[in-house]
Amino acid sequence: MAEAGIWIFGEQARGRILPVTWELLTRGRALADKRGSRLTAVVFGAQLDRADLQEAIERGADRVLACEAPLLEHFLPEPYAACLMHLIREESPEILLGAASSTGRTLMPYVAIKADTGLTADCTELDIETQTGLLLQTRPAIGGNIMATIKTPQHRPQMATVRPHSTPPAPRQPGRVGEIVVRRAPPEALTSRVRRRGFRPAADENALAEASRIVCVGRGIKKGEHVALGRRLARALDAALGGTRDVVDRGWLEYPAQIGLSGKTVTPRLYIGLGVSGSIQHLAGMQTAEAIVAINTDPDAMIFKVADFGIVGDLFEVVPALIKHLEER
Amino acid sequence: MKILIPIKQVPETNAVRMDEATGTMIREGVDAIINPLDLYALELGLRLRERAGGEVVALTMGPPRAIEALREAVAMGADHAVLLSDKAFAGSDTWATSLALAAAIRKLAPYDLIICGERATDGDTGQVGPGIAAWLDLPLISYVAGVSELTPRMIQARRLVEEGYEDLEMDLPGLITVVKEAAAPRLPTLRGKQRARRLNIPVWGPDDLGLTATQRGLVGSPTRVVKIFRPKISRQAHLVKAPDAAAAARAAQELAAWLASRHLLPAAAASRAGQEVGHG
Ligand SMILES: Cc1cc2nc3c(=O)[nH]c(=O)nc-3n(C[C@H](O)[C@H](O)[C@H](O)COP(=O)(O)OP(=O)(O)OC[C@H]3O[C@@H](n4cnc5c(N)ncnc54)[C@H](O)[C@@H]3O)c2cc1C
Ligand SMILES: Nc1ncnc2c1ncn2[C@@H]1O[C@H](COP(=O)(O)O)[C@@H](O)[C@H]1O
Repeated sequence: MAEAGIWIFGEQARGRILPVTWELLTRGRALADKRGSRLTAVVFGAQLDRADLQEAIERGADRVLACEAPLLEHFLPEPYAACLMHLIREESPEILLGAASSTGRTLMPYVAIKADTGLTADCTELDIETQTGLLLQTRPAIGGNIMATIKTPQHRPQMATVRPHSTPPAPRQPGRVGEIVVRRAPPEALTSRVRRRGFRPAADENALAEASRIVCVGRGIKKGEHVALGRRLARALDAALGGTRDVVDRGWLEYPAQIGLSGKTVTPRLYIGLGVSGSIQHLAGMQTAEAIVAINTDPDAMIFKVADFGIVGDLFEVVPALIKHLEER
Repeated sequence: MKILIPIKQVPETNAVRMDEATGTMIREGVDAIINPLDLYALELGLRLRERAGGEVVALTMGPPRAIEALREAVAMGADHAVLLSDKAFAGSDTWATSLALAAAIRKLAPYDLIICGERATDGDTGQVGPGIAAWLDLPLISYVAGVSELTPRMIQARRLVEEGYEDLEMDLPGLITVVKEAAAPRLPTLRGKQRARRLNIPVWGPDDLGLTATQRGLVGSPTRVVKIFRPKISRQAHLVKAPDAAAAARAAQELAAWLASRHLLPAAAASRAGQEVGHG
């Protein structure tokens, strides 16, 4: 019987559920419908917004399983893993999905070992074999040059992290009903040898992970002070500002802005590259964007191979004109 | 202070082939380097040793030639190195890899700190570091961008997350995984290279680590690659040539309209760009 069900691990900040959770519900709902099983959203926090828990039901969860304790306010690997393990032992879910975020990519591999099961990182496609219930986990490998489909034949739960923005958030269906269970976290789980002492927000403009639009500057911008032009375009588009490694290495942008193999992997709705050549290492971090625009003087630049809209031209001519079009009434 | 650094040898280029039957990488005939993120781990480890005293041990699991990566680590300044190599390790997924490394680390106890790269550029999972911590029941800080303090009992680190940096403190022994910001790697020195050539590097197999047949390699791996395929590149760029300022202005207008038609603009800009198209 497939009743053990499909779980997603939702994320929160300051008690409010984060949008990436709605994307996980999209994934989880599709699998649960195909398998004919129940979808549970697991969330941990100090004090979770009750309306948000209801929203999780409206967005496709059959049940919300929430654990609360002051120590769960921010993500810490040990108490989060211990609480999750507690729930896994109680109910033995078939499938457990998390986000491929800084939280998910830390918690899930820790839990996979404790649960003695496999884990597939950073999936961009998920499917299920109806007969066997085997999860088909597809992810880019070797810098996105190939895709690999991975199964976990014997071990349970089958675990995967899912790349943020690789699917739209689940739509809200007002009036959809489900069960909301809020409990205190098991006391034995509430210890941590890691303590949080403080937090420093990154420059807002570099918040690439959540951005639905990203402007990325490459070395074609030529000088640190010209990055301001990219910034102006980003403002006009309400976009985050990222850069290639060359730009970050030159100190024109901070490391949190770096997109690519040794920086961040992003999947925005729109990526615009300004003077970006499209090296394989850079493409690895952005080629799953929904729409890719490139502005580059070199018609043979690799980036045009993955672009939907390309302008072969001087960014210093094109971008000011584009900003004008976007800002002018 | 004893600092252990698991490093991985990865293919230099992205021109790697896959074995369609087993779904594993074919490494023969491809230049190999130390995973770039592991160089940051090494550098941080060396700097912490310079500050706190003690020793740095590099370890890797891989084919016999992975010993080159260890010699390079020693040339950079690592004190010792251990190679985990045996046919039985082939095809390990992150479960089996982290188990083997954890077993080796147990053998090297007592230790204070383990430093991993955030992820390897070939497998690109970032799962091995947290996995080792779980096997050894150690506390963990991932995505470390800098270490501000290290005492025999605790480490203070800055962790890079989506919204900024967390300041965290962790009891030792513990494990951290590092991102590029952690430290810019040094080059090997001549003296280091000489030492590396002479240094005796032990090679451990599954029996040395007490691993049973079901705990290692492909057999011991819970995950199976069942299919490999090339991503369908469905993108066909609409290319606009803009050789001069006038053409650039036209191209910009066309792009604005294209963005609007695809609903890619924020609400306010969309209506403006849409209007322009209407008039254009
Ligand atoms: C292990 C490893 C990891 C790496 N990780 C990353 C990573 O995470 N992220 C990353 O980005 N890179 C990474 N790189 C580096 C990568 O190989 C490239 O060097 C880098 O991406 C190139 O950046 P770029 O496109 O800004 O610069 P370039 O390749 O120099 O390209 C500049 C482009 O600007 C164009 N241009 C010049 N002037 C103009 C103008 N006026 N108008 C329009 N276009 C113009 C040029 O035609 C050119 O195509 C990595 C490399 C290695 C080896
Ligand atoms: N075979 C290996 N030998 C030694 N260390 C490894 C190995 N595989 C992974 N690691 C370590 O784990 C980190 C993450 O690797 P991965 O999970 O493969 O992305 C690397 O940066 C290394 O520090």
